Amino acid sequence: MKPAPFDYHAPRQLKEAAELLAKLPNAKVLAGGQSLVPMMNFRYVIVDHLVDLNGLDELRGIVVGDGRLRIGAMTRQRDIETSPEIQRLCPLMAEALRHVGHRQTRNRGTIGGSLAHADPAAELPAVCAAHDAIVHVASVRGIRQIAFHEFGSGFMATSLAPDEMIAAIDLQLWRQGHGYGFHEFARRQGDFALAGAVALLDIGADNVVRRAGLTLFGIATSPVRVEAAEARLTGQPLDASAIRAASAAARQTEPISDIHASGEYRRHLAQVLSSRALNDAAQRAGVQA
Amino acid sequence: MGRQAARMNVNGKSYARVIDARLTLADFLRHEINLTGTHVGCEHGVCGACTVLVDGRTARSCLMFAVQANGCEVTTVEGLTPEGKLSVLQQAFIDNHGLQCGFCTPGMLITLTELLRDTPDPSEQEVREALTGNLCRCTGYAGIVAAALDAARRLRDADKQETT
Repeated sequence: MKPAPFDYHAPRQLKEAAELLAKLPNAKVLAGGQSLVPMMNFRYVIVDHLVDLNGLDELRGIVVGDGRLRIGAMTRQRDIETSPEIQRLCPLMAEALRHVGHRQTRNRGTIGGSLAHADPAAELPAVCAAHDAIVHVASVRGIRQIAFHEFGSGFMATSLAPDEMIAAIDLQLWRQGHGYGFHEFARRQGDFALAGAVALLDIGADNVVRRAGLTLFGIATSPVRVEAAEARLTGQPLDASAIRAASAAARQTEPISDIHASGEYRRHLAQVLSSRALNDAAQRAGVQA
Repeated sequence: MGRQAARMNVNGKSYARVIDARLTLADFLRHEINLTGTHVGCEHGVCGACTVLVDGRTARSCLMFAVQANGCEVTTVEGLTPEGKLSVLQQAFIDNHGLQCGFCTPGMLITLTELLRDTPDPSEQEVREALTGNLCRCTGYAGIVAAALDAARRLRDADKQETT
């Protein structure tokens, strides 16, 4: 269980990292290493060059902008989880992070690494899908932006080219006072979930839903927005029957079957977890549905 | 291929070595500088036995390359132990049957050191959540949880006595 030999590069600037990735054959980016290093130890991944981004301070930090939040790709998951800005403006992110691995892995793991790894059952991609994230991708050609719904391209695959790396993630913020809910089902705390649901609700003073978001993860290769549920909720008064109908829409998916759970079981989880997430979101938005 | 110079402080002592880039921090600690208190269980970040503090934060030393700890301050279980004595947490493990074979214990002690530093009065739930990243196959965890809560109490009492 030792990785195959490789050459190690520790650039200090983004430009230097981009040049290394453009030049070196069979190179891979090392972010937090909490998924890549196990794969290297198992020799699922064998690289000739490892470009370590941990020395790039410019890729770290959280900046609040107009209606959005920019998180540097190398910001540690634990730093995002404990950030007062995140807890205030994007509480869904803070809640979801408590389910990402363990504190020891969150101390090292980064948000950019999680998105690039693109595990179907990972929590952070689901939060990014829910918040209509924009992924900023860097290479020697400069920075390009990818809307999150176009970022995934298959099972654990993304639209990143081999010489590209994630530089930052923009999250579109919801109105202050919005409700959020996060529920997943995993066999043990810290495990990847069999399935999960993420809900966001913006409810007006008249109890009418102004905006609704429902995202499933662990169901398909990338997080899935349940547009039928969002349409069912938006513009309607929020009550138990609306939540029931929206959760039923979450069942109308074609989930993956694998050794951990059948597609039918995941469909059931999608409905149950959607209902719980929407109820939490309603309650946090000040409505008892 | 891939030889690199690395210099780091481990338990307050400076070490400089030229090593393979692929050498994990866990293997560096055990084989290069002979600090065998850090145990290696699964080598893919699941068991938590190899947990150490890197710049004061817990990390799996099997998921870090030693070259990445260049310039860092690393604390292993040896660094938690006062000369010729046991720490409050270590004594609490003995008093509460917090260990049997002892293989997971170094990782448990490091994880709980971080928890008790940041959360001096943890609930049982907080202790159990902190320990989800560390596997123990002997104790069933009850003794470890009891030891953590007992140590937290003793440390708070000692703190109070100091301030009064």
